Amino acid sequence: MSALAVDASVPLLEVNDLTKRFGGVVAVDRCSFSIREGTITGLIGPNGSGKTTVFNMITGYLRADAGTVSFDGRRIRRPDPISLYRHGLSRTFQQARVFPHLTLVENLVVAVQQPLRALFRTSIGREDRNRAEEILERFGLLSHGERMAAELSFGQRKLLEFATVLMGRPRLVLLDEPASGVNPVMAEEMERHIRDLNATGLTFLVVEHDMNLVMRLCDPIVVLDHGAKLAEGRPEEVRANPLVLDAYLGD
Amino acid sequence: MSRIRPAGLARAAVVFGGLGAFPFLLPANWIVNMAVFTLMFAGLATAWNLLGGYSGYLSLGHVAFFGAGAYAVAIMFQHGGIGAGYTPFFVLPLVGIGAGVVALPIAWVAFRTRASTFAIVTITFLFVVQQLAFNLHSLTNGSQGIGMAVPPFPAATYERPFYFAMLAIFALAVFGCWYVRGSKLGLMLFAIRDDEDRARGVGVQTNPAKLITFALSVGLTAMIGGVWAYYLTFIYPQFAIDPLITIGAVLMVYLGGKGTLWGPALGAGILVPAQQYLAYRLGASELYLVGYATVFLVVMLVLPRGIIPSVADRVAGFRGQGRGGVLAEDGIDVSASQGAGS
Repeated sequence: MSALAVDASVPLLEVNDLTKRFGGVVAVDRCSFSIREGTITGLIGPNGSGKTTVFNMITGYLRADAGTVSFDGRRIRRPDPISLYRHGLSRTFQQARVFPHLTLVENLVVAVQQPLRALFRTSIGREDRNRAEEILERFGLLSHGERMAAELSFGQRKLLEFATVLMGRPRLVLLDEPASGVNPVMAEEMERHIRDLNATGLTFLVVEHDMNLVMRLCDPIVVLDHGAKLAEGRPEEVRANPLVLDAYLGD
Repeated sequence: MSRIRPAGLARAAVVFGGLGAFPFLLPANWIVNMAVFTLMFAGLATAWNLLGGYSGYLSLGHVAFFGAGAYAVAIMFQHGGIGAGYTPFFVLPLVGIGAGVVALPIAWVAFRTRASTFAIVTITFLFVVQQLAFNLHSLTNGSQGIGMAVPPFPAATYERPFYFAMLAIFALAVFGCWYVRGSKLGLMLFAIRDDEDRARGVGVQTNPAKLITFALSVGLTAMIGGVWAYYLTFIYPQFAIDPLITIGAVLMVYLGGKGTLWGPALGAGILVPAQQYLAYRLGASELYLVGYATVFLVVMLVLPRGIIPSVADRVAGFRGQGRGGVLAEDGIDVSASQGAGS
């Protein structure tokens, strides 16, 4: 954790009493937590505890029934994925969503912010291409740059999706299960990328099922159960918390 | 600017050179007449493809704008005195721009929906416009229809001005599709077609991209409607705003290859003459409809993705450089992107 993050008094993201009901089911129940700049914050919980729903509400894919989200000290009144991305908050999806019928370079370039008057310019400018190729190289995908994303393996798609959100020069990236469904080598690679980018000042919120990975990578960790925050703290604290053990092993 | 490839330029030169020479090589009135309708559908299909093929939004209401363009020209002819002879052709750009502007608020509402709901909303819009044409008597004469004076073109080459007007709009539509395909707008549309939610997640301005494309697409459609009205010199609501016109154009797009540059025109080039020929040969028994359907079934069975993509795949296959093949071996190959995060 960088010194900068420890000193920061205003959290980068603040979630307050966020609530979502689907019919009679309360998926997220007055959930509150905050993310300090420079951290890799983990968000864990048993299946169905509301992690992805929280993600969707923060990123504007789902409207919250109650509660507030503030990014960079400002309250987001009507969360919308496009404007959040422009302000530096972006996310990946559990299923590794890429644009299958675009090439890898195009997948990245389409994520560059454009003024509307640029709509009729050539699709891939020199500068955008250079940046895209730089990022693809970092992820070891440059040799496939002109291939369709549909040709990639699942793990490579996860890398591509991660690479794509970097084009927007984000400040906070929400990763939804970055290591699920990929082989251990790929998971390790993903972990390395997260660490490297975090070292350059990028903040992460990570949902992940692989407990070993979360305990290694994340600090602090927020634990959800039945849509409410159950615990929060350093990995060793969370691991020792009897409530957390109950939630995972109980019933 | 899109990158100009020599092969593409040569293809365009051959197509438009050939089409330009066509009425001089085969000047018989009935042939040129058929060519006018073929070019009309080639233009309609290409314009539809700009929205439907590139963004994946399937509009079945485009004919509302075709009809609006037709009525715009007819009404201007009757009330506005746009003159006879060639002058009605010169108001067409205005008709196109007007339709594009009028389309924006309509599109804004329609784009609140997606996929099949969008198609249904656009069909509804079609019938709203048809009802307006029936009921705005002072403008449209309602079901009696509206006529224009027959233009004073020489009988031997009567169809020629209409042929070249249709050709010009078709060329404009092809150019527009080609240009958009190589632009940032095109890239945004393809991203929307693949996964719109994800596109929003990486900051793609989906609404402006869809609205601009809709306006371009229906602007071209309205211009074609204007030429069509002047060619027939008489229009009435259920004829000018006939759902079968859009459905025909959409079928041609699917036949030739949705999302390809020349596919829609190819589909029109096959289906319009085939339809006319079959109607002529088998019209008395109405068997021609069966023949028409058969053509379609065969293509769907043999070339399900449309002619151009299917043929391109086979050619690539013969050369042993198909685009398939998973690159790495570390996991499951998920070929389609999935729905919104749960």
